[in-house]
Amino acid sequence: MYDVAIIGAGVIGTLTARLLSLYDLQVCIIEKDGDVAMGTTKANSAIIHAGYDAKPGSLKAKLNVKGNAMMEQVAKDLAVHFKRIGSFVVAFNDEEMARVKELYQRGLDNGVPEMKIINGNEVREMEPNLSEDIIGALYAPTAGIIGPYELTVAAAEVAVRNGVELKLEHEVESISEEEDGYRIQTNQDSIQTKVVINAAGIFADAIAEMVGDHSFEVHARKGEYMLLDKSQGNTVSRVIFQPPSKVGKGILVTPTVDGNLLVGPTADESQKEDLATTQKGLEKVLRGAKRSVPSFNEREVIRSFAGLRAVGSTGDFVIEEADGLKGFYHAAGIESPGLSAAPAIAEELLRKIGDVIELNKVENLNLLRKPFKRFSELTNEERRELIKKDPRYGKIVCRCEKVTEGEIIECIHRPAGATNLDAVKRRTRAGMGRCQGGFCSPRVVDLLAKELDLPMEEVTKQGSGSYLLVGKTK
Amino acid sequence: MEQRELVIIGGGPAGLAAAVEAYDQGIRDILIIERDSELGGILQQCIHNGFGLHIFGEELTGPEYAWRFIEEVKERGIDYKLNTMVLDISEKREVLAVNEEDGLLEIEAKALVLAMGCRERTRGALNIPGMRPAGIYTAGAAQRFVNMEGYLPGKKVVILGSGDIGLIMARRMTLEGAKVEMVCELLPYSGGLTRNIVQCLEDFDIPLKLEHTVTQIHGKDRLEGITIAQVDAHRKPIKSTECFVECDTLLLSVGLIPENELSREAGINMDHITSGPVVNESMETSIEGVFACGNVVHVHDLVDFVTDESRVAGRCAASYLRGKHSSEQEDPIVTKAGEGIRYVIPHHIRHQLLQKENKLFFRVLDIYSDVKLVVRCDDQILYSKKKRKLAPGEMESIPITDQMIVNMEGYSEVTVEIQQSGLGVRECKK
Ligand SMILES: Cc1cc2nc3c(=O)[nH]c(=O)nc-3n(C[C@H](O)[C@H](O)[C@H](O)COP(=O)(O)OP(=O)(O)OC[C@H]3O[C@@H](n4cnc5c(N)ncnc54)[C@H](O)[C@@H]3O)c2cc1C
Ligand SMILES: Cc1cc2nc3c(=O)[nH]c(=O)nc-3n(C[C@H](O)[C@H](O)[C@H](O)COP(=O)(O)OP(=O)(O)OC[C@H]3O[C@@H](n4cnc5c(N)ncnc54)[C@H](O)[C@@H]3O)c2cc1C
Repeated sequence: MYDVAIIGAGVIGTLTARLLSLYDLQVCIIEKDGDVAMGTTKANSAIIHAGYDAKPGSLKAKLNVKGNAMMEQVAKDLAVHFKRIGSFVVAFNDEEMARVKELYQRGLDNGVPEMKIINGNEVREMEPNLSEDIIGALYAPTAGIIGPYELTVAAAEVAVRNGVELKLEHEVESISEEEDGYRIQTNQDSIQTKVVINAAGIFADAIAEMVGDHSFEVHARKGEYMLLDKSQGNTVSRVIFQPPSKVGKGILVTPTVDGNLLVGPTADESQKEDLATTQKGLEKVLRGAKRSVPSFNEREVIRSFAGLRAVGSTGDFVIEEADGLKGFYHAAGIESPGLSAAPAIAEELLRKIGDVIELNKVENLNLLRKPFKRFSELTNEERRELIKKDPRYGKIVCRCEKVTEGEIIECIHRPAGATNLDAVKRRTRAGMGRCQGGFCSPRVVDLLAKELDLPMEEVTKQGSGSYLLVGKTK
Repeated sequence: MEQRELVIIGGGPAGLAAAVEAYDQGIRDILIIERDSELGGILQQCIHNGFGLHIFGEELTGPEYAWRFIEEVKERGIDYKLNTMVLDISEKREVLAVNEEDGLLEIEAKALVLAMGCRERTRGALNIPGMRPAGIYTAGAAQRFVNMEGYLPGKKVVILGSGDIGLIMARRMTLEGAKVEMVCELLPYSGGLTRNIVQCLEDFDIPLKLEHTVTQIHGKDRLEGITIAQVDAHRKPIKSTECFVECDTLLLSVGLIPENELSREAGINMDHITSGPVVNESMETSIEGVFACGNVVHVHDLVDFVTDESRVAGRCAASYLRGKHSSEQEDPIVTKAGEGIRYVIPHHIRHQLLQKENKLFFRVLDIYSDVKLVVRCDDQILYSKKKRKLAPGEMESIPITDQMIVNMEGYSEVTVEIQQSGLGVRECKK
């Protein structure tokens, strides 16, 4: 019998699990995919919004501003990359400038600090590569960028270390109400729990329907992106938005915490499983991005991908106990700014759960994660010492990102460790560089097989079904 | 900081040949740094025949060819470090490298030879839309799985790109029991050597679909198929020709790019067309005492040419170290890619420093038949030869003869170009 079962190991599920892990509770996370952060959390703009977008008074507005303020400490505690680089919303004409001013007003209403309206010359002084046609911008210095899957992996790691059970490749198929809680049937097992947290992203409505709750729907809206080589990473030093339209925030250009350049997203209605990029979408991304920043080199694209926004029918985050279902909580409709709001959402959920179960802290547990040292980011002194302790940190496996064998082995054996190729990639960046794993993937597959004691053929790209090898050669 | 006379980065055929040549010119303090666990570079995974026809007059496999040079290195007792990756080089020729045994190595070299080879272009560089399942490999990664690890990456294969690696993998996968459905090529001609088209595709009845590309990737976990389409004259897919091809594996052989992160970070001048450093007749880069050769300069299809070029680099590094190679020379002659030519290596020629092996290496822009290949200074023709066929997939070279050297004197530019026959042909004035 669990006290709390969290459905979905996205940023919401794992940050919530991390908070719950401090208490004397049996907690599990149930996730259908082969790793954490495989849903919307792995494919988004990775921006910690300042908080001027959402309608004043909404949960989105409140939790975004709060989440933004919390992020620095959370990132520090979890030792993940977070940079408060600030954002621009740029305007190309008077009409757009009027929208920019509306955003400014909204930001004031939402309590966003330090915003400023600046003119075109000031814009280009701060960001010399922006278009000559920009006439002004909203500047919000509190906006930031983060590694969304890094954050989620880190949160999961702390949760698991503190005793939370992570059930990967477990897909929830049905849920029934029982006397003192709920029974959750997955494709692998059946569990009982007092409290359920529905953090299933675009499938949160399907989970709600399993217990007869039809109060909201979630539909998917696709966003396509292109990622450029680090050679383009310095094209801009802040997040560059265009004024939002009805369906999204327009095409943005931003550096990532790892030093690449990210451009996107589109906003197109989509099926829930459809993560395909399209010719049309990618062209739109390029065109849109070039409007703000004409000078980046599109030949340096190293990857394109798509994410699905979980657009809720209520227009706001749904963070509440389901009507008439004691102890069944939704964290649904968590579209943008869900990542920014995530730490605040997790606190909100914890507070609510406190109404139905007792929260007693366990001694000697904390929320801090042991930093994961990236060889590429260490000083030569630190590198020397690390290699002396463990020579495997002297062996480079991914040459583009300079990732060592030591790091790959470490990420496999950490709590909530990597079990497949993409999981290693998200934890270490092996395979994320210019050659996109062309060189290191055979070597990483080797290491996974060895460390997890699996036959080579059973190592996958991203969980069951995504096999990489079909067998031995003749 | 450790001091060395000559450090060579990369122990592929380029680095090995440069090391041997520098040794034979009297340099003794040489260190080759190689990140792989053996010397030989990319050749170690090319277990097919076809290496060494020019240099040794016989057909060797990749490892055999490499082995001959490895032996020469060993016979001479030249130092090398394996499993050692160079992380950084500075304009002062300081090298930062790492391995398990020594940890970090900091070496100051009097001269450097860059011989880091190249890497493969990826799906991202092509921006093929669709899903991102398992089953999409660069041909080189697949080659490593098959030839070095002994595993087959898939059973029903489509290959995009008809460069040599793609062609060779078509044969390899077939021999290992996979079904290769087709090789798609965007261009109206293959980028590979003719002999590879015959021996790797035709002999196995594998269709080569010219002017075709992949427009969509299907499958969530593992690749389930691709959409291919014919392309028009602007290489844009023609919607009405789209069709679905079932497959579990897509191999990409869509080109190689010189591996030049180190060169770029050191501030070496780069050529945007080759993606390699700008070099002179001595294979010296814009930083004095830093030489480069092999695929790191421009992508070669024949290792024999790599060897030629690398011997020049090794010899010139040696004469630089002996102080014979002064950089205060008269203004160099600039080589120019004229009509029909994509690039010419070397970029600059200091005419009094030309070596006996010096050649002009270049690639043409398109397929040409019955044309004339011409090298000229202004309207003085230094070289002219009828060519039945020229293709972008085959690197061309023209030896620089003593007579050409004499004739170049006094000029500031030498142009390589293609002349369609029938056009005014100018005679060389002796
Ligand atoms: C294009 C785009 C751009 C965005 N940009 C930003 C941004 O810049 N800043 C920002 O703050 N926010 C942004 N967002 C929003 C942000 O990414 C999301 O709000 C956040 O990632 C949601 O996290 P989550 O944990 O709710 O959902 P998810 O990450 O989707 O997690 C849900 C998990 O539930 C699992 N699951 C589903 N059904 C089942 C089942 N039946 N059984 C078991 N497991 C199940 C899924 O596999 C998944 O792992 C963006 C979103 C998109 C799509
Ligand atoms: C699949 C394939 C098939 C081919 N088939 C033929 C054929 O049939 N006939 C033929 O004649 N030619 C063939 N070639 C061409 C020929 O093999 C290459 O042109 C030649 O190997 C290039 O030599 P290189 O030394 O420049 O590069 P490489 O062989 O790539 O060597 C470069 C070396 O540098 C090392 N290195 C790179 N960066 C670092 C660093 N930072 N620190 C330490 N070490 C580093 C690499 O590990 C590598 O060993 C083929 C090539 C390929 C890829």
